[in-house]
Amino acid sequence: MSVAIKGTTEGLVVTLGEGEWDDVIATLTERLAASAGFFAGAEATLRVDGRTLDAAQLAYIRDLFSTHGGSLRSVVADDSATRAAARALGVSASASRLRFARPTTRPETDTTSGLVIRRTLRSGQSVRHGGHVVVIGDVNPGAEIVAGGDVVVWGRLRGLVHAGASGDTGAWVCALQLAPTQLRIADLFTRPPDAPSRGQTRVVPEVARIQDEMIVVEAWEPA
Amino acid sequence: MGARVITVTSGKGGVGKTTTTANLGVALAANEQRVACIDADIGLRNLDVVMGLENRIVYDIVDVVEGRARLRQALIRDKRLPELCLLPAAQTRDKSAISPSEMVQLVNDMRNDFDFILIDSPAGIEQGFKNAVAPADEVIIVTTPEVSAVRDADRIIGLVEAEEKGPARLIINRLRPAMVQRGDMLSREDVLDILAIDLIGIVPDDEAIIVSTNRGTPAAMHNHSPAGTAYRQIARRILGEDVPLLTPEPQTGLMARFSRWLRGE
Repeated sequence: MSVAIKGTTEGLVVTLGEGEWDDVIATLTERLAASAGFFAGAEATLRVDGRTLDAAQLAYIRDLFSTHGGSLRSVVADDSATRAAARALGVSASASRLRFARPTTRPETDTTSGLVIRRTLRSGQSVRHGGHVVVIGDVNPGAEIVAGGDVVVWGRLRGLVHAGASGDTGAWVCALQLAPTQLRIADLFTRPPDAPSRGQTRVVPEVARIQDEMIVVEAWEPA
Repeated sequence: MGARVITVTSGKGGVGKTTTTANLGVALAANEQRVACIDADIGLRNLDVVMGLENRIVYDIVDVVEGRARLRQALIRDKRLPELCLLPAAQTRDKSAISPSEMVQLVNDMRNDFDFILIDSPAGIEQGFKNAVAPADEVIIVTTPEVSAVRDADRIIGLVEAEEKGPARLIINRLRPAMVQRGDMLSREDVLDILAIDLIGIVPDDEAIIVSTNRGTPAAMHNHSPAGTAYRQIARRILGEDVPLLTPEPQTGLMARFSRWLRGE
């Protein structure tokens, strides 16, 4: 569904989903016509999220709202040019509240792309990406990474990591120090032994991958 | 310009935010700084008790924000340190009584009258925390050497970084050197290994804190207690002095040696 209209505690929220502009507008026009009474007098928020709209497109939607007796109060868009265009029309604009999308389903695997994160992921921070994820920094306990492809951490991996989250059993995880709270690859998961040895020996980079339907962790050896 | 606004927060409750705010307030005021402490823990106010000013509250922060009192009427001046003031929290309301923007406005109204404004944050990551952090120029994170407290501190640091409040600094509170030495408590290095932010002080676990908290005389007012000394040193570091930061050592007094001998060590 490319258009969703929802009543929330903050008023009506109209979300534009994926799809070609013409199709989305056709659907929106249809939905508004179908719920004409519902929309009368409403101040609506337009969520375009990742989509980019220009001033003419925003003005079109604003006029569409007003022909149905409503008004466009604010725009939520990730793209700053879209937000600027909205403000130029006298409509307030903000970025999505969540920095990372919170998908209810697993990310689509897209192993042609990668996401590089150049900071430490702290407790409570979460990264979900369909492709490979590279972190230059640590992944602290309480942080999580869910990737469609591989996960590489140039630092200490101590949070939760899930590689090949859409079922890719060939995905692997590697880190300079591999000490996750939990490690998942595809549909398998493992966790470190309950009592980590104190006064650990030298920390070596390690690689985790699936071998014979088990997650195997091995020290990285130069070939 | 004017005051430096420092918010003291932690995520986890009971790690010593209020004690830290009170003691830093006292120690800064003793260095001839004009200090205001704000209790942002609306509904669960404590800072007034720890500072020994409870029975002098007439108006509180919510009265000021809602226009029932002027700032001057609500600020309580400490009888022992005339440079030290407290803006108490309301006890009968909750965190939603104030918004982050009102908090920013309130603090801006105070900036010209003080050198330091210390804000005591409530525990948690909800509205009360947001109110406390909104006006901050700097943030001090308090943690204890416990895994759960460090985990929450890490979460808070992430949130503070997202607010772009500049690098947060860390106080490790209630460290017990003997336990660290035995490997039964996280050490300074263990904590910094996870949190990786600047350490501004280590406060040893000290019974004097419990006594002084109950009496309403912050430990930093006295010269003797180890914790009070640690807080005074932190205040000097905040003022830009280069005070060496030593990790507290286990006590080596006669009694300590005797008890070690009894344990056969």
